[in-house]
Amino acid sequence: MNLLIQQTVNGLTLGSIYCLVALGLTLIYGIMEVPNFAHGHLYMVGGYVTFFMMTLYGLNYWVSAIISGIVLAVLGILLERLVFNPMRNSPSSNKFIAAVGAMLFLEASARVLWGSDFRSIPAIYDNVVVMGGVRLTEQRLIIIAGAVILMVALYVFIKHTMIGSTIEAMAQNRDGASLVGIDVNRVAMLTFAVASILASAAASLAGPIFLVYPGMGSLIIMKAFVIIVIGGMGSIPGAVLGSFILGLTESLGATYLSSNYKDVVAFAILVLILSIKPSGLFAKGAR
Amino acid sequence: MLDGMKKSNAKLIAYGGFLAVAIAFPFISPNRYYLTVVTLGFIYAIAVYGLNLIVGYLGQLSLAQAGFFGLGAYVSGLLSLKLHLSFWISLPMAAVVTTLVALLVGLISFRTRGHYFVIFTLCIGVIINLVIEKWDDLTGGVRGLIGIPRPTSIGPIDFISLESQYYLVLFFLSLTIFVMSQIASSLVGRTFKSIRNSEELAATLGINVMRNKLLAFGIAAFFTGIAGALFAGYIRFIGPDISNPHLTFEFLLFLLIGGQATIAGPLVGTLIATGLTESLQFMQEYRMVVFGALLIIIVKFFPGGLVGAAMKLKTKIEKRMNKANKSVNAPSKGENHAAKNRGFN
Amino acid sequence: MLLKTEALTKNFGGLTALNKVDFEIQESEIVAIIGPNGAGKSTFFNLISGYYPACSGTISFLGKDMTRTPTHEFACRGIGRTFQTTNLFTDSTVLDNLIIGYRSKTKMGMLDAIFNTSRARRDEGASREKATEVLEFIGLTEVKGQPVGNISQEAAKRLAIGLALVTEPRLLLLDEPAAGVNHGETNELAKLIKKIQQTGTTVCLIEHKVQMVMNLAHRIMVLNYGSKIAEGTPKEISNNERVIEAYLGGTAHA
Ligand SMILES: Nc1ncnc2c1ncn2[C@@H]1O[C@H](COP(=O)(O)OP(=O)(O)OP(=O)(O)O)[C@@H](O)[C@H]1O
Ligand SMILES: [Mg+2]
Repeated sequence: MNLLIQQTVNGLTLGSIYCLVALGLTLIYGIMEVPNFAHGHLYMVGGYVTFFMMTLYGLNYWVSAIISGIVLAVLGILLERLVFNPMRNSPSSNKFIAAVGAMLFLEASARVLWGSDFRSIPAIYDNVVVMGGVRLTEQRLIIIAGAVILMVALYVFIKHTMIGSTIEAMAQNRDGASLVGIDVNRVAMLTFAVASILASAAASLAGPIFLVYPGMGSLIIMKAFVIIVIGGMGSIPGAVLGSFILGLTESLGATYLSSNYKDVVAFAILVLILSIKPSGLFAKGAR
Repeated sequence: MLDGMKKSNAKLIAYGGFLAVAIAFPFISPNRYYLTVVTLGFIYAIAVYGLNLIVGYLGQLSLAQAGFFGLGAYVSGLLSLKLHLSFWISLPMAAVVTTLVALLVGLISFRTRGHYFVIFTLCIGVIINLVIEKWDDLTGGVRGLIGIPRPTSIGPIDFISLESQYYLVLFFLSLTIFVMSQIASSLVGRTFKSIRNSEELAATLGINVMRNKLLAFGIAAFFTGIAGALFAGYIRFIGPDISNPHLTFEFLLFLLIGGQATIAGPLVGTLIATGLTESLQFMQEYRMVVFGALLIIIVKFFPGGLVGAAMKLKTKIEKRMNKANKSVNAPSKGENHAAKNRGFN
Repeated sequence: MLLKTEALTKNFGGLTALNKVDFEIQESEIVAIIGPNGAGKSTFFNLISGYYPACSGTISFLGKDMTRTPTHEFACRGIGRTFQTTNLFTDSTVLDNLIIGYRSKTKMGMLDAIFNTSRARRDEGASREKATEVLEFIGLTEVKGQPVGNISQEAAKRLAIGLALVTEPRLLLLDEPAAGVNHGETNELAKLIKKIQQTGTTVCLIEHKVQMVMNLAHRIMVLNYGSKIAEGTPKEISNNERVIEAYLGGTAHA
């Protein structure tokens, strides 16, 4: 029983991290209609920035995380300007290939700049809390709480600010008439900035538990894709739901089925879903 | 009619030229190292031809290709290592198994569309990669397969020397190029291209889109499987890495550098990219930094790759020469034709 | 009877684009479908050409039920069509478009291609011959080598019709064949349509140009808000109260 609760909490932790990454991915997809292959690598860079802020400059964890968010926002905007904006009118497979190029570039740059070693963001909240017989590190609770706070913040941003609701309108209705008078460029840049901040927050939160290394973006981006396919590409609630479904499935699957094949689970779910419903679980529109 | 003959003559000359150079290469190559690099390049090129059929001609961005390459390599490697089968049995087996798996994958993945297809095939690639890595008992997990036997000799011909292996790979490469160019110039290849251009229109004209996609996907996998088996027999050590999606991305890069939907593109791109990689050894670290940026620049500015750019240049020059000719001997047949066209517009 | 629909219906989300339409098309006639914008005319075409599956109702062609038939089978069974927004293979030449259009009539497969068998050569020859014949018929022989991006709008419209003809249809569906071309060209297109009918192909067309419809069609069906509101000869239709009302009351566009 305790094991079940323990693994559920782990699943929620995992789901929280996935959620922050998948939310950004789905936002970008909604606005630009391009699966941003490099998104996992923004997450990776975010992890490194926080790590170096703490270890090189001795900054506080939270300050480092904020700086990392700012740096990533800039990087996200650069990515939009240099890669996706110029490709706006290209065929969709070319956009995808450009995103792959950006991903390879970021990963290789990280290897060149920072080496291939595994690093860990210093843990400052590693006390163990015992709750109802379940032992948890504080960091796990911080991850879950942090993700919830950011999700609420995102919700408020989208529902209660002009620009936020513009993003939502654009995501839901790309070529509708309601878009008259919207500065598409500004919205695109802002979306990339917000998505990158979420990715960097995910990495800062996860860094003390999981590790920081150049390849860390590859696996999470694939999982984020699985999530947004489950949740419907471009859908925000779908991404949240999909993240926790995947986090819990993986965590419980690893315990009760096979830890060796834990990473296969995500992809198997996707293959299963698309085999049954080729247009995704929550597809919109006719046909 | 005359035009067609001219074209097929030019084609013959191009093939003859390539074959002559390729056959002479071991004799003129200054050192054996180049020979190993080119052999490996040829093997990759076979897989890239497969990718070209899917991405270039059919217009479907499949990211499962490294998975199929790895599958071919492991099937062939395991059959010759564990069951001691001859290379000449394990190679076709590898091609057949890879094709069957691909057909199964295609049956599901071609029901999805657009980005779903790309993500789906990527996931298939990852699954194959993970299964190879985790199925320790069969595949040796991350340790890989070591000591895969060389291709079995056929009568008096053995494949021990580097040269003989080079010629073996060259044989399969030529076969691949032959098959691909036959397909590309036939109605079958045009059908693929029409699907790339507009699936809806093709279906409206009575073309069975699903069957054609499966056909292209199967043939691509067949050759990718052969490439995998050749790799296993040549390198003789394989690890899960050869099925990693990163290899798919490299294939994609090779294809884009050379030029998609062209017959020379995959070979040109693969040789140039692997050649560059090898000659820039000192900057091995920076390789993917450069390639990543290159990929973006190519899709943005040169979507036709080197071969595409060359063909564009050629038609431009021809046009200019035609014009020059025309102004010399006034109302030629070409002029007449052009005038009519103008009238129509 | 060539084609028959019964209670044919299509919904897009909450919108009923086509509502229980019963219609019949007889062999070798020219029938027209008219109606205000958004009336469901193109949707009707999309259903009877297998482009969309119907939500309910049935389609039968030459007495055989086609309601659940996949898209590509429609062309094979003899229904050819054009699209409202001219749809061509933009990356190839005029001739190559038509050659591909004949593909469903050829039998060569992969192995024929690889070994360049006699069947492959026969099929390639037949495709070229058919394409050339259709080029002549639609009057585009002169631009056969041009990429389709280079030809005029009217030529593109003809080519789209040719692309449907090359599949040797029994029934040809034309969605606004004369939209966006000038008066003289419209007359030329009308002549072409007449010529197609005279070679024994049944034609069903959607058209907003009333003059053209009145001159060409033997019979007219009028759709409004997805429902059939009238059917009859051009004369009957032009005197029909409901039709006049629909055109004057709705978003008129005649
Ligand atoms: N794929 C689709 N998805 C959703 N709605 C559609 C779709 N296709 C058509 N509609 C809607 O169905 C209705 C009928 O459209 P349809 O294209 O059949 O009209 P039409 O009579 O051809 O009009 P027009 O004269 O403008 O071509 C319209 O309201 C249209 O918006
Ligand atoms: Mg219409």
